[in-house]
Amino acid sequence: MTLALAPGDRPYLPRGVRMRPDHVRGGQVLLAPEKAVALDPIGEAILSRVNGQASFAEIVDDLAATYSAPRAQIEGDVQTFLQGLRARVFLMVRP
Amino acid sequence: MTAPPPIAMLAELTHRCPLSCPYCSNPVEMVSRQAELATEVWADAFRQAAELGVLQLHLSGGEPASRPDLPELTRAAHEAGLYTNLITSGIGLTPNRLDALEAAGLDHIQLSLQGTRADLADRIGGYKGGFARKMAVAQEIKARGIPLTLNAVMHRHNLDDLDRTIEMAVELGARRLEVACVQFHGWATRNRAALLPTRKQTEATKRKVTEAEARLRGTLAFDFVPPDYYSDFPKSCMGGWGSAGLNIAPDGKVLPCHAAETIPHLRFDRITERSLRDIWYDSAAFNAYRGTDFLPETCRSCERVTVDFGGCRCQALAIAGDAAATDPVCRKSPDHHRVTTMLEDAMRDAEGAGFTYRVAPR
Repeated sequence: MTLALAPGDRPYLPRGVRMRPDHVRGGQVLLAPEKAVALDPIGEAILSRVNGQASFAEIVDDLAATYSAPRAQIEGDVQTFLQGLRARVFLMVRP
Repeated sequence: MTAPPPIAMLAELTHRCPLSCPYCSNPVEMVSRQAELATEVWADAFRQAAELGVLQLHLSGGEPASRPDLPELTRAAHEAGLYTNLITSGIGLTPNRLDALEAAGLDHIQLSLQGTRADLADRIGGYKGGFARKMAVAQEIKARGIPLTLNAVMHRHNLDDLDRTIEMAVELGARRLEVACVQFHGWATRNRAALLPTRKQTEATKRKVTEAEARLRGTLAFDFVPPDYYSDFPKSCMGGWGSAGLNIAPDGKVLPCHAAETIPHLRFDRITERSLRDIWYDSAAFNAYRGTDFLPETCRSCERVTVDFGGCRCQALAIAGDAAATDPVCRKSPDHHRVTTMLEDAMRDAEGAGFTYRVAPR
């Protein structure tokens, strides 16, 4: 399967994957089966918009507006980040 | 040196298990049922672990389902904020118990696989009917949608079934497959000749995993643990001693890894006698091999020292006779010839070698 997200794809964290604050080290951490990933502020900004409702295009739009950044650059960053999670099956999508 | 907080904790709730796999990672000297920690002691240990920075809790054994209080323990861990992973053979997980575990907040199950067919799997596990029961449990897990990892422990007798193992993982809806070649500690050292795969099998396995990983990307994630005797460099054992993980044995001994008790001069504190925080940061056992200063010059001057930390302390002791030595698996180790000899001996004795099964605790 291709891991690339189409504009209309709605990504979500499947059961067993969740983001939560790391009270000891600070910041947010993504917890998945037998894995904990410390999130940087960019990862946190992306994942806080992943809710199973928002489409990939809407997430990119929202981030570009919030951070006043070029849309093409944001799209590339979000695509790379989400594909990395999808490769480990930490992220799934609904068409 | 200042240690970082631990990320993961392995809770060996019991050494009891209906299976008797000849590569069991439990120590050869096992803890009896009478010496096991009470429910409240475990629950308190989970809270301490979460406060210390542990994020992932692995509920293991033996067979953790042998503990009647498994749902209560799971709930305590969940309420402490830990991500809860059950490492199980599946035996003893009835539909009712799966209901209770889901209600208690269980996050994930890692199901072991001894083989892809009943005859082989039951022979490896030393438990007739075990494979059929495991497959029934796997279907229950799938029907409920509980996130599943299949942990296929691989060796000479089942590595050639890797293709079918991968198919089964997909059929069972697993998101992750561990292709974990037997590591030679504890019981496995008594079965080296019977279990050690050939170099040809090992090379074929690497190729198959790489191919399947690309083909199934996004469907099934792989974690591959090669047999380290064939490696040029040692494994990064535990990500470094006392660096990322810790283990509590059934009797409450707090260990830097599940095999650490094989290092005879170390004394391990118990969770019933000292706080987890004190043990992690200040105990002699956890500080014994932290960092890299204790290592010989061969390691300290090596560019890989920050990658593998000189390898496994238990293996250094077992093969080189010194827990502070370079892991003899490393081709730079002055004791590497001992590994080569062990490989040759194992291959010579492989034909017809039987299993020495693990013996159940009293």
